[in-house]
Amino acid sequence: MVRLRKLALCAPLLAALALVGCASEGGGIQSQKLNGVKSRGKLLCGVEGKLPGFSFVNPDGSYSGLDVDVCRAVAAATLGDPNKVEYRDLNSSERFAALASGEIDLLSRNTTYTLSRDASGGNGLSFAPTVFYDGQGVMAPKAAGINSLKDLAGKPICVESGTTTELNLADRMRQIKAPYTPLKFQTSDQTYAAYLQGRCVAVTSDRSQLAAKRTSFPDPAGHVLLPEVLSKEPLTPVTVNGDPGWADAVRWTIYALMQAEELGITQANIDAKVAEAKANPNQADLRRFLGVEGDFGKQLGLPADFVVQAVKAGGNYGELFERNVGQGSKLKLERGLNHQWSDGGLIYSPPFR
Amino acid sequence: MATPAVTPWWRNRRLIPWLVQGVAGLLVLVVVAFLVSNLVRNLTNAGLLLSLSWLRNPAGFDVSETLLPYNAELPYWRALLAGLVNTLRVVLAGLIGATVLGTLIGVAAFSSNGLLRRLARVYVELIRNIPLLLQLVFWYFVVFLDLPGGEQAIQLPGVVLAKSGLYLGKPELINDVWQGQMRLTVEFGALLTGLVVYTAAFIAEVVRGGVASVPPGQWEASRSLGLTPLQTLQRIVLPQALRVIVPGLNSQYISLAKNSSLAVACGYTDLYSVAETTLNQTGRAVEVVLILLGSYLVIDLLISALMNGVNSWVQIKER
Repeated sequence: MVRLRKLALCAPLLAALALVGCASEGGGIQSQKLNGVKSRGKLLCGVEGKLPGFSFVNPDGSYSGLDVDVCRAVAAATLGDPNKVEYRDLNSSERFAALASGEIDLLSRNTTYTLSRDASGGNGLSFAPTVFYDGQGVMAPKAAGINSLKDLAGKPICVESGTTTELNLADRMRQIKAPYTPLKFQTSDQTYAAYLQGRCVAVTSDRSQLAAKRTSFPDPAGHVLLPEVLSKEPLTPVTVNGDPGWADAVRWTIYALMQAEELGITQANIDAKVAEAKANPNQADLRRFLGVEGDFGKQLGLPADFVVQAVKAGGNYGELFERNVGQGSKLKLERGLNHQWSDGGLIYSPPFR
Repeated sequence: MATPAVTPWWRNRRLIPWLVQGVAGLLVLVVVAFLVSNLVRNLTNAGLLLSLSWLRNPAGFDVSETLLPYNAELPYWRALLAGLVNTLRVVLAGLIGATVLGTLIGVAAFSSNGLLRRLARVYVELIRNIPLLLQLVFWYFVVFLDLPGGEQAIQLPGVVLAKSGLYLGKPELINDVWQGQMRLTVEFGALLTGLVVYTAAFIAEVVRGGVASVPPGQWEASRSLGLTPLQTLQRIVLPQALRVIVPGLNSQYISLAKNSSLAVACGYTDLYSVAETTLNQTGRAVEVVLILLGSYLVIDLLISALMNGVNSWVQIKER
């Protein structure tokens, strides 16, 4: 923990030093990051690490979750092997500094896509397609008899520091004129520990995160989500600004997973689909998508079969969702906004053309 | 008359050191100038040129406890100031508490009571060998958050000790939340307790070293004059020991001030905590870190200056 704190403090300095160090680099090569990942033979992926359903360390030491599966798909698309990933557990205030200083290649850590994080004058990050449309919620113990945000007036609420949730909560409570005491903690562990100890009457975070954390509580049924949704939280993987080649590779790998679901291509039938595409020259769309013909892979600086590799890694987007956070998981979250566009959701891949 | 042989400049013993130092100084300057100009150029290219105008934007986040009036509509600099005042508050209280506790334990090492002597030893060895962060987590999550809350809170006339804090002056339970004229939160309490207990162990060692530096003959002489042990300590030993103790205290005080930034471990909103939120919202990493560095540097230099004053006051005045 001390190490982490030091890191949090040092990382911006390191970032500054990195800027000091490399004055005239960049430019020339198509994508430094992509080449870096390939020559290293490993993808450095920043995750949360303690959030069931999104990124969680299993008893055997391996990682699993929706965020983790994004890392695996990108590793499979770039390196041909989903296991060539090195994970870094990052807290919410370290994550951007770790990305800026090059400590990680890809940040897949339930990060909300916002203007100030995207803008060059702000954090200056580059966002990939949103993989989970979430909203901020508030959770309280059932026994406390709290039914809406108004009931929280004058009470302490636990928040993780340095997140968008902190600001949303302040805005909303000001709007409904309910003064409250925010108690900020640096890690989600501390936040939920203080909540479970009863220091706060409620805890606020993304609704998916609350649902995920609740599964590890001693008494999950004793806690309820309040009906209010405080914000839009599009959780999105992030890459560093200024490397469009790498950003494109990540972006289209994620789109490939979404497109695969739309086309009915799954982890189970991908080999059959490739065989079908190879056998049938009339299925031009499918052939291009799976890299049987055309040069989509080459245009992105990826292998021709990057789509096949990405889908083989963990399945299409729908499979990722159901296995990690949906009905096939403990979280049992509804797909809601995360349905394909054709089913009334927001998951929409631009055409592979 | 022949002119005396002039020493050539490259063999001039007075000139050479100056030259070498001058060249070295120039090199350092060039390197620094290069790094700074590079930093500025890269930051400009990244659109992140150092600027402080964002300090005037509204902060938008709340701070849980403040001495200064504060709300989310006030600008960032007010939020940082509120954090700084919170840091100063815990540092000041910590300095006083740690000095008192540390002196008592340090002096206890010389007690004629064997049990007290050993207890002082055990305290020092136990506390200084456990990381402060762990101790803070222990105080906050294990001790303070296990206090009963609501109606079960510990109630004495005019004082209530609840899970949310210590309330003084006619505390009342309104809508399940305690309200009082004066309130110390458990976050503040846990941080203060952690800092005091931890730093006192080190101060005790400094005090013990100082007292041990006074020759035993002084104790004996004082006893033969009929002074009680307490009088001996107060009038003979401590004034002499202070000369040794004060410089050692200085560095302990500075550690305490710096260690106060571990406040985030127990939810106390200090300067570091506010700065972290500010950094995350504005993306102004370099400026925020510079402000943090500057603030802690100024606090520590102030403590140093104060202690240097105290030091010259306790030194032997030769007349």
